[in-house]
Amino acid sequence: MTKHEWLPLALVPVIALASLPLVGSAPTWVTLTVAGLAMGMMIFMMASGLTLVFGLMDVLNFAHGVFISVGAYGAATVLTRMTKQMEAESLASDLSAMVPAVLAAIALAALLGWFFERVLIRPVYGDHLKQILITMGGLIVFEQLIHVVWGPDIIPLPRPGTITGSFIVGEAAIERYRVAAVIVGLIVFAAMWLLLNRTRIGLLVRAGVENPEMVESLGYRIKRLFVGVFVAGSGLAGLGGAMWAMYQEQVNAQMGAQVLVMIFIVVIIGGLGSVGGCFIGALLVGLLANYSGYLAPKLALGSNILLMVLVLLWRPRGLFPIGKA
Amino acid sequence: MPEPMLSLTGVNTHIAQYHILHGVDFEVPRGSLTMLLGRNGAGKTTCLRTIMGLWRASAGTIRIDGQDTTRAPTPDVSRLGVAYVPENMGIFAGLTVRENLLLAARSGEPEAKRLEWIYALFPAMRKFLDALAGNLSGGQKQMLAIARAIVEPRKLLLVDEPTKGLAPAIIANMVEAFRELKRTDTTMLVVEQNFRFARSLGDTVAVMDSGRIVHTGRMDALAADSALQTKLLGLSLDAHQ
Repeated sequence: MTKHEWLPLALVPVIALASLPLVGSAPTWVTLTVAGLAMGMMIFMMASGLTLVFGLMDVLNFAHGVFISVGAYGAATVLTRMTKQMEAESLASDLSAMVPAVLAAIALAALLGWFFERVLIRPVYGDHLKQILITMGGLIVFEQLIHVVWGPDIIPLPRPGTITGSFIVGEAAIERYRVAAVIVGLIVFAAMWLLLNRTRIGLLVRAGVENPEMVESLGYRIKRLFVGVFVAGSGLAGLGGAMWAMYQEQVNAQMGAQVLVMIFIVVIIGGLGSVGGCFIGALLVGLLANYSGYLAPKLALGSNILLMVLVLLWRPRGLFPIGKA
Repeated sequence: MPEPMLSLTGVNTHIAQYHILHGVDFEVPRGSLTMLLGRNGAGKTTCLRTIMGLWRASAGTIRIDGQDTTRAPTPDVSRLGVAYVPENMGIFAGLTVRENLLLAARSGEPEAKRLEWIYALFPAMRKFLDALAGNLSGGQKQMLAIARAIVEPRKLLLVDEPTKGLAPAIIANMVEAFRELKRTDTTMLVVEQNFRFARSLGDTVAVMDSGRIVHTGRMDALAADSALQTKLLGLSLDAHQ
């Protein structure tokens, strides 16, 4: 990696440290930084699948928000039936509720992703306009179907006891759930990094993002890879949706669509198809949203757009562009 | 007479509304190096892409090693033992040289003896094994593209303009590499604009013009006939010298 390729990695600590004198109070800065990192990790989980789908399959999937919502509803369905386990205030008991909830979220979103790829996306490969139309249509239809299955009302989502509340470090109050989100996000990032950089499938995905035609010419069936990546990306969105729902402590059908713009911003900032770029982009968006929300609430509304504009002026193809053939 | 490694019979290719190949007929004999020549836009690259299944033939028949591959998807064509080096080299810039080679070895890790043979052909590959392919020079990228194609023994090698944009010293290195490949009896079909390169390596030749084969025969016969070169290619070798 050249020194110029390292520069985007420095953005996260630079922004975090630059905000310290502006925030003024160190405990407040710590609280905001942890909140920003947690938000960034959750956005990363929701966006990482989309960036691979964008990069590998050249598909503009506006229905990605549905996978987030469906994942959240899947988790909510399990958690609302396991309130006794969550009230027990023991980690083992909480995990006995959360693990099935997260697995349900991933499985449901992955299944829906498989259906989308087979039925909606496959006929429109290579045609961006049709992809936008059909995936927007899919988003609307499946949001309504969520209402049919789970009802139109917002579902309150209880958080397990061990990740509810805050703890104090020095004078800074840190929410337990945010720390949990950071840990889960780091685990997901590490797993994706290992998969992409240490396995043959990962090698194929990275090659496919650059030049799918050449991967086919080497004898690999890229369409199978497409399906696998789409399903895995949908599953990750479901996991992100479950985490986001527990963060918001409620579930609604539009929650995926509401974060979709932010997710697209992260994907664009990171560079289409770049998981590492997506990770850095998500952290930047999360941190900036929290710092600007505290320092200048009105600016917070446009902080993500401003960040995207600045990044694209500096690097027009994103922080870590993939060399497309 | 043994069956040719590759034969095209009446192959037509349409790309969108454009009719590019008009009944292409030619054969590539086993163990030979056949040069596919022609002016820009004659349909040479389309021909290679159609053989690989990257563009579908709308009519005609393509046979590779006796098998009809006209409708075969690209991975199936590749799995028959066909390697393709496209005009843009198709290397994965974000992967290292080692990863590029590893990906091309479908049976797993490349065989050590085979790798040594490749490093002897292209010493730069050993030197830059862990470098990102995107950071290589143009000549090194072309070497990697060919190294990747031959990382396992192949029945048929399709190479599109291997000398394009290369310095004379690199072209000389490329000539030696192709000579070594010829010694392994690998069948090759090479699209080329550089007639001097084509003459030094080709056993047989097919010349295209406007999507049709307008000449097939021995390379040495075409090299010896200036008038025919002028007629088919626009310029004779003498005019280049």
